[in-house]
Amino acid sequence: MKSILLVIAVAALYILHQDIWFWRSSYLVFGFVPVGLFYHGVFSVAAALLMWLLVTFAWPSHLEREVEQTKSTEDDAS
Amino acid sequence: MIPAIVVFIYLATVLYIGIFAFRRSSGREKAEDYFLASRSLGPFVFLFSLFGTNMTAFAILGSSGHAFNNGIVTFGLMASSSGLVIPLTIFLIGTRVWALGKKYGFMTPVQMFRDRWECTHIGTAIFVVQAVLLVPYIIIGIMGGGTTLYTISGGTVPYWFGGAIVALVVMSYVFFGGMRGTAWVNTFQTVLFLCFGAVALLVIGFGMGGFSASAQAMQSSPLSWLLTRERISPYYFFSYTFIPLSAIAFPHILIFCLTARKMNQFKKTVIFYPLCILAIWLPCVFLGVMANRVADLPQIKAKQEARRVLGTQGKTMEPEKRDELREQAGGDDVIMLLLQRYAPLWLAGLLGAGIMAAVMASDSQILALSTMFTEDVFAFYGGKRRFGEQVQVQTGRLFIILITLFAYAVALRAPETIFELAIQYAFSGYAALSPLLVAALFWKGSTKWGALAVTVWTALSVVAVAMFQAAVPAPAPGPAMVVWSLGGTEVLSRTPGGTAIFGFMPVVPMVLISALLMWAVSVATQKPARSTLARYFGGVNQ
Repeated sequence: MKSILLVIAVAALYILHQDIWFWRSSYLVFGFVPVGLFYHGVFSVAAALLMWLLVTFAWPSHLEREVEQTKSTEDDAS
Repeated sequence: MIPAIVVFIYLATVLYIGIFAFRRSSGREKAEDYFLASRSLGPFVFLFSLFGTNMTAFAILGSSGHAFNNGIVTFGLMASSSGLVIPLTIFLIGTRVWALGKKYGFMTPVQMFRDRWECTHIGTAIFVVQAVLLVPYIIIGIMGGGTTLYTISGGTVPYWFGGAIVALVVMSYVFFGGMRGTAWVNTFQTVLFLCFGAVALLVIGFGMGGFSASAQAMQSSPLSWLLTRERISPYYFFSYTFIPLSAIAFPHILIFCLTARKMNQFKKTVIFYPLCILAIWLPCVFLGVMANRVADLPQIKAKQEARRVLGTQGKTMEPEKRDELREQAGGDDVIMLLLQRYAPLWLAGLLGAGIMAAVMASDSQILALSTMFTEDVFAFYGGKRRFGEQVQVQTGRLFIILITLFAYAVALRAPETIFELAIQYAFSGYAALSPLLVAALFWKGSTKWGALAVTVWTALSVVAVAMFQAAVPAPAPGPAMVVWSLGGTEVLSRTPGGTAIFGFMPVVPMVLISALLMWAVSVATQKPARSTLARYFGGVNQ
């Protein structure tokens, strides 16, 4: 379930990148940042949050264990 | 001249760090130590050097130049899509490659492909395509160095000399310092341009009398389209999300993934990567757009005039004249022009050094090419066995000199802007190679013949796009020139910036067909031995 939610979150963020709703707007957020630029700045922060979720809930720790096992097997053999 | 002197001091510092500061090797050198820093980089160096190696002249000069002529769309096209796709690929692919490198001792992607698919010469074919696609990236660094020093010195340091100095400095610390020197220089450079990017934004904003006035004036001027994306097709915008797939397929990024001491070091890199991109690109794009409001700089006026003439009279011009105007309108030097205009001399020098930091990121590509050549060709075809490991390292160093000289010679002649050169060839080509990694790591059914099909397709499609663009001159800014349509649908078009296939950039069909070929050819051909598959998909005990 956790994995499915994370995959949906990744797909949703990918779709949200295509922000056609701000395409023609030159509105200035805070009086100087064009809204299209502001949106993609916020998008970048959202991407960092998503990465934090992935690292926290889907970290492939089995890979590290496999490496450790290989090393200890090699040490034993030598 | 003062800013140029500050930049020269900076170059000397970089040279010192790269060659002496973190040198550990003494006596007989091991290939793994020289090319991979003994797989021992710590978390801080790993994050900043991996990020720094992906931030080239293209990030600073190309992005602001593109934004100067195309507006805010630049950030969404290249930065925010990279902020999602690149850390995701590092998370999914980089960690797995790191683990395989630790387990089986791989030093290059081709070594992994040869082992995974039980192939020899197909691996060599992959090496050739990777190497040919990497060279433009190195050329970008040298071109950026030449442009930066020329502009910072007010024309006193000629382009050819600036490029030569940058090439020499980079070549020296890669030659002597190997991966350890390169990683530390990249770390130093990344910290520098993260700090100076913020300072540049403040100084230029203050000099312009605040950004609010400039932005609002632009909003009510004929240039207001630069604050929107109304001149960009949503198909084109979508296409760009395929470009960051190239990052993990770049050998220098993948080889960097092998240098981490522990897998945990990927965590910080994955999380902070989008924020680092934000910190670098947002100021560059914003300043590139705002440069259009600096009416008192003759160089910027000249660029705007070239853009205006191209837009109004371009359709009736000879293609050569259009190319000439395009080059004049190119904005790769606008950041430096703004610094010269608004920053005090000493600060312009420091900020120029920050820009040089980004420009010089071609070091990792040079080292990666050298690693690939010595491991995938020299060692694989018996050189290491016959002459020993020390000769292998010396061969790598000789290769570094030759490739730098070659890139410098091309940089002197290349007429394209930094941005176009990078996008058209290297990025699209590597994105099309990315299915190789996905198939090797996640699909048991993939075969060496599928890998060969992907490699040949990538090479042919890059050549085809290049030939098409050479044969059909770019039209004037505005609608694309349809070359082939079918039943009223535009199949193939020549756009002012490149090529469109069904309205998408070539990278989209290139990646999709690559993936399709990998699947179709693999399904029809013989799989690797069970024992090989077990080593990749069955855990270490099987």
